[in-house]
Amino acid sequence: MKPLLKVVASGLMTTLQDLGRHGYQRLGIPVSGALDGVSLRAANLLAGNSPGTGALEIAYQGPTLAVEAESIRVAYAGGTAAIEILSGEDASSGVRLQPLQSARLRKGQILRIGALSGSAVGYLAVEGGFDVAPVLGSHSTYARAGLGGLEGRPLRAGDILPLKQQQADDRQERMLPSLALAPPPHIRVILGPQDDYFSNEGKRTLLESVYTVSPASDRMGMRLAGPALEHARGYNIVSDGTAPGAIQVPGNGLPIVLLADRQTTGGYPKIATVISADMPALGRLMPGAKVAFKAVDVAAAEAAHRQHRADLDAIADSIVGVRAAIDAAKLLESNLVSGMIDAHD
Amino acid sequence: MQVMPDSIAENMQSRQAPRFLPCGDTALCVEFGDSIDRRVSALVLALAGRVEALAIPGIVELVPTFRSLTIHYDPSVLLQTELRAKLSPLLSDLEPAEGAGRLWRIPACYDPSLSPDLAEVATRTGLTPQQVAERHSAVTYHVYMVGFLPGYPYMGDLPPELALPRREDPRTKVPPGSIAIATTLTAVYTLESPGGWHLIGRTPAPLWDLRRDQPVVLQAGDKVVFRPIPLGEYDALLAQAAAGTFRLEPEERLDRGGRA
Repeated sequence: MKPLLKVVASGLMTTLQDLGRHGYQRLGIPVSGALDGVSLRAANLLAGNSPGTGALEIAYQGPTLAVEAESIRVAYAGGTAAIEILSGEDASSGVRLQPLQSARLRKGQILRIGALSGSAVGYLAVEGGFDVAPVLGSHSTYARAGLGGLEGRPLRAGDILPLKQQQADDRQERMLPSLALAPPPHIRVILGPQDDYFSNEGKRTLLESVYTVSPASDRMGMRLAGPALEHARGYNIVSDGTAPGAIQVPGNGLPIVLLADRQTTGGYPKIATVISADMPALGRLMPGAKVAFKAVDVAAAEAAHRQHRADLDAIADSIVGVRAAIDAAKLLESNLVSGMIDAHD
Repeated sequence: MQVMPDSIAENMQSRQAPRFLPCGDTALCVEFGDSIDRRVSALVLALAGRVEALAIPGIVELVPTFRSLTIHYDPSVLLQTELRAKLSPLLSDLEPAEGAGRLWRIPACYDPSLSPDLAEVATRTGLTPQQVAERHSAVTYHVYMVGFLPGYPYMGDLPPELALPRREDPRTKVPPGSIAIATTLTAVYTLESPGGWHLIGRTPAPLWDLRRDQPVVLQAGDKVVFRPIPLGEYDALLAQAAAGTFRLEPEERLDRGGRA
């Protein structure tokens, strides 16, 4: 029998994402991929996968999934959510699954992920990954063009997700003591490419105001509410390429930060670009969250990028094995971890 | 004023020095101008060719646009100052070149049933619908860039008498295959999408087809001629396209400079 995960309830917007579809932007095909690459990597490493494996990106409200395989191993990282494992017969008696910890589920069990807080997104990785054909080298879903993922769209109730692995590997579970996901005080930007399309007042407004993430945001762009930015010479440019994190400003003066599903080219001036190290933190921001920007130069952004890469590498090194019968989270709280948790690898 | 293709090489004196524009720490834009212009486009495409030939480690992908080349790179491998240093020598003696120059003949049906804006375009340009179709299909277009949607080709230049501003009331849904015009450009909507251009015809040719290894047909630097077809042929070709048996092939290679 083919191992499957059945979608009982889809959540608000659950899509398969990996680290993106690179190399096709000149054909107008967006990169897509996880909004929060940090949590994606953590979930995958905990599940025993390579860090960029395709996993379910859960936005705002999680799905309910039924296990139709001998057993599966899952791990979740991202926004705080109630994650319950329910037995098929008795859906009322749930066992809490800890985030940042892998767990094995048996056939017939149901995994229910509730509403997210603290981050707009979370990632559920399954050991071995999903058995879905990559499109143009990636599992990432780009729903506007029906590309990638499961039939190019977010999950729906009744969907069947085929899994690569027949059953969970026989091994110890893994946990990550912590993962820093709190929003930074500032989102750092490099001015340009079209900062010369804005008045000095417009640039100052961007760097000295506090913006609020609008509910109209999506995977393509984060719309910000707050003071309008003053253009200096119109708001139409001859279209040029866009970078991840580009802050484009249409005629109403309100910034839109381009995210994973950004179109490859655009015709609005881009006042600044969020640095790569801060893109995961940006992707985690919920509607209503406050954002303040701070300008840095390219060298500072590159130093931040190196630090970010080192932080990502440190995730793998921080993962520890958990003895099945031990409630590791509780032990951690009471500082009894030493000797009870084996370092992984 | 639009520069004609045969005058590309003659206009070097008006060339402005290219500018490097940082796009964060993962992309660098090399800007040659701020207009839609064949000479600028030819410089962009020439640089893309040179950068590609060098295969610089750390460069992830190139996006040529009307007026600039956006270079996406991995800052773990390549710093922006290093990238600039590698690009500068490529710019000093750059000659405009439009690239491989594949010519595509794309079937185009201008039947009123498939052309919701044809009558209005005719009225506004003082032409008959038949004349709009004739003029639109009489020109060899240059694909300046692909963007907006997967596979969406920005092509130019339109015969000047067909140039109109974008619609004041953009549509929320434009059917795929729609042939559209706005300003000095023409394009084909590859997917159903919102759109503000004037729809003057429809092609049955699958310019975006995920069943293909190469899902996008038109690329920056290609040349396109629209071949008028009657409604009956449109229907027949559309059925073939749906069955996956209609494959568009480039007809011939062109000389540099883009003369058909």
